[in-house]
Amino acid sequence: MAALATAVADAEAPAPQQAAGGRRTFPVWRWVIMLVAAAYFLIPLYSALRFAGFKAFTQVTSYPSFGTAFALSLRLAVIATVLTLVLMVPTTVYVYLRLPRIRRLLEAITILPIVIPPIVLIIGVLRLAPGFLKGTPNLLGLEYVVLAMPFAYRSLDAGLRSFDVKTLVEASNSLGAGWPTTLWRVVIPNLRTAMLSATVLTVALVLGEYTMASLDNFQTFPVWIVNFEQNSGPVSVAASLLALFVTWLLLMLIVTVGSRSSRKRGGAQVTLFSVSTATVGRTVGEPE
Amino acid sequence: MTTNTAAGTATDLGQAPESGAPVRIQALSRSFGIVRALDGLSLDIAPGELVALLGPSGCGKTTALRIVAGFESADSGSVSVDGKDIAAVPAARRDMGMVFQSYSLFPNMTAQDNVGFGLRMRKLNSASRTKKAGELLEMVGLSAQARQYPHQLSGGQQQRVALARALAIEPRVLLLDEPLSALDAKVRLQLREQIKTLQQRLGTTTLFVTHDQEEALSMADRVGVMREGRLEQIATPSELYSRPASVFVAEFVGTMNRLPGEYAGLDEVSVLGAVVPVAGDRPSGLAGVVDVLVRPEGLTVDEVPSGNGIVTGLTFLGSLTRVSVRLSGDVEVKVDKPSTAAVGLVPGTSVQVSLAGAEPVLVATRT
Amino acid sequence: MADSTTAAVAPEAVASGARPSRVTAAARAILRYAGVVPFTLYVAAGLVAPMIAIAVSAFQPARGGFVASHASAPTLSNLNTAVHGTYLTGLQNVLLLSLATAVVPAIFGFLIAYSIHTARRGIVLRRVVITAAGVFANFGGVPLAFLFIAALSTTGVVTGWINDVFHFEIWNHGFSLYKPYGVALAYLYFQIPLMVLVILPALEGLRPAWREAAENLGARSWHYWRHVAGPVLLPSFLGCVLLLFGGGLSAYATAEALTGGTIALTPIQIGALLNGNVLAGQENLGYALGLILVVIIAVVMVGYTMLQRRAARWLR
Repeated sequence: MAALATAVADAEAPAPQQAAGGRRTFPVWRWVIMLVAAAYFLIPLYSALRFAGFKAFTQVTSYPSFGTAFALSLRLAVIATVLTLVLMVPTTVYVYLRLPRIRRLLEAITILPIVIPPIVLIIGVLRLAPGFLKGTPNLLGLEYVVLAMPFAYRSLDAGLRSFDVKTLVEASNSLGAGWPTTLWRVVIPNLRTAMLSATVLTVALVLGEYTMASLDNFQTFPVWIVNFEQNSGPVSVAASLLALFVTWLLLMLIVTVGSRSSRKRGGAQVTLFSVSTATVGRTVGEPE
Repeated sequence: MTTNTAAGTATDLGQAPESGAPVRIQALSRSFGIVRALDGLSLDIAPGELVALLGPSGCGKTTALRIVAGFESADSGSVSVDGKDIAAVPAARRDMGMVFQSYSLFPNMTAQDNVGFGLRMRKLNSASRTKKAGELLEMVGLSAQARQYPHQLSGGQQQRVALARALAIEPRVLLLDEPLSALDAKVRLQLREQIKTLQQRLGTTTLFVTHDQEEALSMADRVGVMREGRLEQIATPSELYSRPASVFVAEFVGTMNRLPGEYAGLDEVSVLGAVVPVAGDRPSGLAGVVDVLVRPEGLTVDEVPSGNGIVTGLTFLGSLTRVSVRLSGDVEVKVDKPSTAAVGLVPGTSVQVSLAGAEPVLVATRT
Repeated sequence: MADSTTAAVAPEAVASGARPSRVTAAARAILRYAGVVPFTLYVAAGLVAPMIAIAVSAFQPARGGFVASHASAPTLSNLNTAVHGTYLTGLQNVLLLSLATAVVPAIFGFLIAYSIHTARRGIVLRRVVITAAGVFANFGGVPLAFLFIAALSTTGVVTGWINDVFHFEIWNHGFSLYKPYGVALAYLYFQIPLMVLVILPALEGLRPAWREAAENLGARSWHYWRHVAGPVLLPSFLGCVLLLFGGGLSAYATAEALTGGTIALTPIQIGALLNGNVLAGQENLGYALGLILVVIIAVVMVGYTMLQRRAARWLR
């Protein structure tokens, strides 16, 4: 599944100033738009529920292939997340603090995985990959890190911008703490929300990723869903709904944790659903 | 073609001085939910006059201005321009120029296009617009910046363009909503002068809203002090300063000392050993011990062994020095003294503070 | 990582009286950049190298392979095939599809954003819509395909409704979920929310003072939009259209899951050429198609970035 744009928003996604003395009242067309939109978005969901039927939901987990596929996806998600964090947290912090001039460059690099569609990326990877990696799903896990990179970077960068890193680091250094201590005790604890965001986004990404997995011939959860349609359409639909539900849960998790910690800090936080024009909006158009 | 009149020089814009229209505000009221923002405000502005509405935030001054501009409507009361009630006239047709607090220039247009925008709405052709915009930019001293975009201009420059833009349409009334608040001190002072000069030259009736009393006093022909939706006093700056009508006005405008005093007789108070009359009517319910309000220049301070106070600090203000004294009874007062005479008054010196004259004073309940 | 950072700090801390040599200064500079080495290596191996491989292979003859010892002479034959016949159709389809699923959501998304923006008491509505948009923008790929299969396939729920109410079986009359317009219908599901999320902050960046100043100077609604709001919003709007366009070009999973790989769209064709199920030995053609796709998207993204810069300047 996907991950969307992350950017710094003002505390708690700002409510706009409405031009007072509200006039221009044409509420009719507004209702029409909202109704059409609601219909378009809700009807497919409802159709899926009807199509699948109650039975299919209970059946989903009963197939052994489901368990294997889901376990594989989870395993890949864990690998990818750990690798992403291990790679991106130190890098982002380091660049932010010690190489600020190449921040722009880094931002540009992290846009690349978006410019290169996963379908193209995976065929390139498969072209090049050494034999020992090709047979295992680990290749996928490694490549998922590349896919997750933009989102991890944005989250972490936004997190770094939300508190005065420089001052805290200088204070910590002046009190005698070395770099490792400062990183571990000062910087990273303040990045918890951002790291959680990055984690959730990576997990959501991996759990929903179909393109690369299918071309690499590994049956992750989404691949299983597609393959299983031959056996039972309703089960596939039910599994899809479950997948969407999990996505929704994960996203809500970020939102609640994010807003809670933002209230505590009263500053800008990583917000999932708001894209500010001041930062280059970045998205993966189709959740892959 | 220019003509000289007593009030000033008419400009090539063909506008004669005092061409502004008279504005009459009557019993304006407006509430937002339970909050009563305006409570029966009444005010007459003469043609060509600059009236400042002064008060703390929340006093209703901005609401009043916005009602005059047409961005809010009043619950009751009326606003008339040149004798005609404008309640039914939409904001776009009121022919008033407004300068907002900040960031009101259209970001996608150059300074010149911004200034010419109102003229474009009035269907002037491109050549005339450019010419007129040029004249106005010159008036505010920004001819060189005509082709620059707002984000390339400083805050002060932006506000000057905003002023030029508002004046371009030759409005009957000019409205200024705290235009200088977002600027830094030096720029503010420069702009104050510029606005005042322009306004006098063009003779536009102007309503100016601010919370900065120095600004209001230095620029306005008359100042209206507002509080909680009501006008406490409207008078010329000097009258406001020397004869404040209420304790609120007295303390809001300029610096005021509060000294302990006591009623002595029907309309007199004894303070600092002297007995002086009470200004205005005796406030009801006051008797016995009260606070007496005296300005720093209304007091004298002299070095005297075992006087009634000790000097705690000195603030050099140029020709005057403001001496801070703690009187017995733990009352802090500030007294102005010519700097040459204040030389020996170092902190810790024992001094005697007394009333400089015998003018009537305002009294307030003891706090 | 920590080692390299401490190493970078240490020389500075040791500020002895010795005259700093140029070598030490250069060494320090290198050490500073040491911190990004892991990242650089990863990106090089995981992103840059595959792309180079694709770029090179795209110009290899179709049935050749990349032999390590010597590469065949570069040829344009793949690119030639890529712009003819069914592959040309694929390119045309994906371009049209992306255009349609950029423009339509742009307009509709803008209208949605505008309705929230101008609603009185809009705070709650705004939060609901933003959250919903954020969630729906993430519904895509395989699950989305199955939602639409459930709704509009021959046995779909909505197909059934239309048949019951209007006695009109859409599939019998030429409707197909497996044609580009069917896929487009599904793409709207994540494109529209994306537009809402991007254009809403832009709308909210319109300062009320601008509208009031315009009104004060005599402008009615229409003039305000024509001279101020429109031009100011245009970069954001166009930028988002480009973003959506690029997204449409990149998409694979939804179309693949929906059509089973039978539709003529470039990403799908690339997949078909490279999963070995269709024509073995045509891999280099797939790489060529991939290269073309990447170039188009790169151009689009450059345009997008430029527009965003402009937008940021005005809507600060």
